[in-house]
Amino acid sequence: MSTLKVQNLSVNIEDKSILNDFSLEIPSGEVHAIMGPNGSGKSTLSKALAAHPSYEVLGGTAKLDGKDLIGLEPDEISRAGLFLAFQYPIEVPGVTIANFIRAAIQARMEDSKAFKAVDYYKDLYKKMDELGIDRKFTARALNDGFSGGEKKRCEILQMAMLDPRFCILDETDSGLDIDALRVVSEGVNSMRSENRGFLVITHYQRLLDYIVPDKVHVMWEGKIVRSGDKELAKELESKGYDWIKEELAA
Amino acid sequence: MIKTNPIEIDREKGNFHYNTDYEFDAGVGLSEDVVRYISDVKSEDNWVKEFRLKALKTFEKKKLPTHWATKDLENIDFDIIRYYLSKGQMPSRTWDEVPDDVKNTFERLGIPEQERKFLAGVEAQFDSEAAYSRMKDDLTEKGVIFVGSTEGLKEYPEIFQKWFGKVIPTSDNKFSALNSAVFSGGSFIYVPPGVKLEQPLQAYFRINAENFGQFERTLIIADEGAEITYMEGCTAPKFETSTLHSAVVELVALKGAKIQYVTVQNWSNNVFNLVTKRAMAHEESEVRWIDCNIGSRLTMKYPGVILRGRKAKGEVLSIALANDGQHQDTGAKMVHTADETTSNVIAKSVSIGEGRSTYRGLVQMPGHLKHCKNNTECDALLINSDSQTDTYPAITVQGEDHSVQHEASVSKVSAEQIFYMQQRGLSEADAMSMCVNGFVNDLIREFPMEYSVELKRLIDLEMEGSVG
Repeated sequence: MSTLKVQNLSVNIEDKSILNDFSLEIPSGEVHAIMGPNGSGKSTLSKALAAHPSYEVLGGTAKLDGKDLIGLEPDEISRAGLFLAFQYPIEVPGVTIANFIRAAIQARMEDSKAFKAVDYYKDLYKKMDELGIDRKFTARALNDGFSGGEKKRCEILQMAMLDPRFCILDETDSGLDIDALRVVSEGVNSMRSENRGFLVITHYQRLLDYIVPDKVHVMWEGKIVRSGDKELAKELESKGYDWIKEELAA
Repeated sequence: MIKTNPIEIDREKGNFHYNTDYEFDAGVGLSEDVVRYISDVKSEDNWVKEFRLKALKTFEKKKLPTHWATKDLENIDFDIIRYYLSKGQMPSRTWDEVPDDVKNTFERLGIPEQERKFLAGVEAQFDSEAAYSRMKDDLTEKGVIFVGSTEGLKEYPEIFQKWFGKVIPTSDNKFSALNSAVFSGGSFIYVPPGVKLEQPLQAYFRINAENFGQFERTLIIADEGAEITYMEGCTAPKFETSTLHSAVVELVALKGAKIQYVTVQNWSNNVFNLVTKRAMAHEESEVRWIDCNIGSRLTMKYPGVILRGRKAKGEVLSIALANDGQHQDTGAKMVHTADETTSNVIAKSVSIGEGRSTYRGLVQMPGHLKHCKNNTECDALLINSDSQTDTYPAITVQGEDHSVQHEASVSKVSAEQIFYMQQRGLSEADAMSMCVNGFVNDLIREFPMEYSVELKRLIDLEMEGSVG
């Protein structure tokens, strides 16, 4: 069992308060979705949990199985089991996908020499096939010159290879056509298990037709203002966010 | 600032000084007496002595090239350098005969181990002279000559005198003149027609003494159809004061010959590394310089090829890493003087911290020639916000029959890239190393395998502590 438990998290970026006393608990085996209008703090949450250097955590905790991630280095958080699929995956010229994932796996091993290259490639090719990624991509530089869809598939490939305990998907659906969306969602769904939790950040209900969430949260001004089941997402899709804002103002 | 070492100064007796460690010591500073001393210690023929004395005059007349190069050159104090230090013994043929302190030095650098593994011959130079020199017996039988400069000029003048100082004239620059006056050590190699060396010959240059100048002289002649790979490595301990390394390397590739010259320079951060390297490529020959500059305070080095025979090929593959307090001023010269000659330059530099890398390239193709080609790519990677790079390509092409390509790029490792890689579990330093290795990787693939492994290790070491 894994649990991600965020309590009273407050985050600034360049002295501007984005998250304010934010709390959320996601047990493993569940998929939670966070929706919300632009600027509500969704991406800040994901970047802050991954310890991006531009985000300043003022207070609160974020515990993965009881271990507080706040204050750890980004790589320590990764090795603790938290994976972030980026909204905009970064291009890294010169570093091939195969070498990069290999290095990431070796960084998790107590003895990196115990790494078995044959098994690794077998596993890598299998997962690439499932995600519809051409095997030639192993030799391509990470995200370098990739289309939007290729980048997102590559994110899911890394997620599948690193076998994290908890995954955050930050607007993985943005820039995907319907076929890519289906393939990527299938990749995520195949990783759903009792031992793994997911936080899916999205603008659109569309993604949640494929990755069906156990809970949906609405975020506004750095806080969760409403929670519900998957029906809440459909309601947001048809009615927009204004009705929530109005209710809050009332 | 450079400070003098009072123990070594004994100007009253004409700059000569002996101490317990070195049998022969030319003392401190440069003069005609010092040049004569070096020549006498080596029992050189008169023509060599005259060559040296003439070179000293040229050196004294020539100005430092500070009108285009860094003013840091002015910090070299030629008066406090020791120009010759040796133990006064001939190079040993077995490591057992090498004096313990010297042997231990090379053991720690892994030279005997490399020799056993993959080399056809090794020369190990300790300050001014080789302490060890050995080549596989079958190469001797094939007529391959692999000796030091002194022995080469004395024992084989009929082979070496013809080309000595011809590819790089004494007056080429102030430092080639200095080397011509006080040179000692280095490798003189001759490969007879048609002989192809399957394994590399290697020289290792070690500076051991403080305030010391190392001036090795290398001349490699590959006769018609011959093939050779030569590798050199360099290190020095970290002293308080600056050290000067100023070599001259001349290569001659006769018709159809192939020479590959590999350098992995890893001097400590107080070494002025001012080296002149040039090759003469005859008809259908190929010369390739592979040049890796990792250490030193200031390196100025532009390996060149004079393409003087039809269809000759010249190539420079260069990697430079400039860390804090370092300036890697490197590049290439390609001088086309015959039809259908081709040259290729790929230079990659990485600037870390406050390090600075400079690329200087020279390509010349006169109008009367036909069908010459040059391709130049120079890419710079900046790691930190204080890192610096600059590029000075000088391409002179006349006539309409040539093909010239020049590409240059500057890129920077971004905080977002590092964060992204860290999010997958790599430490900041590992992420940085991976970016740098990725940047130089396609070039390193061209290197002999043993050297590419070593180079990657050196790059990783350089990257440690460079982040943040």
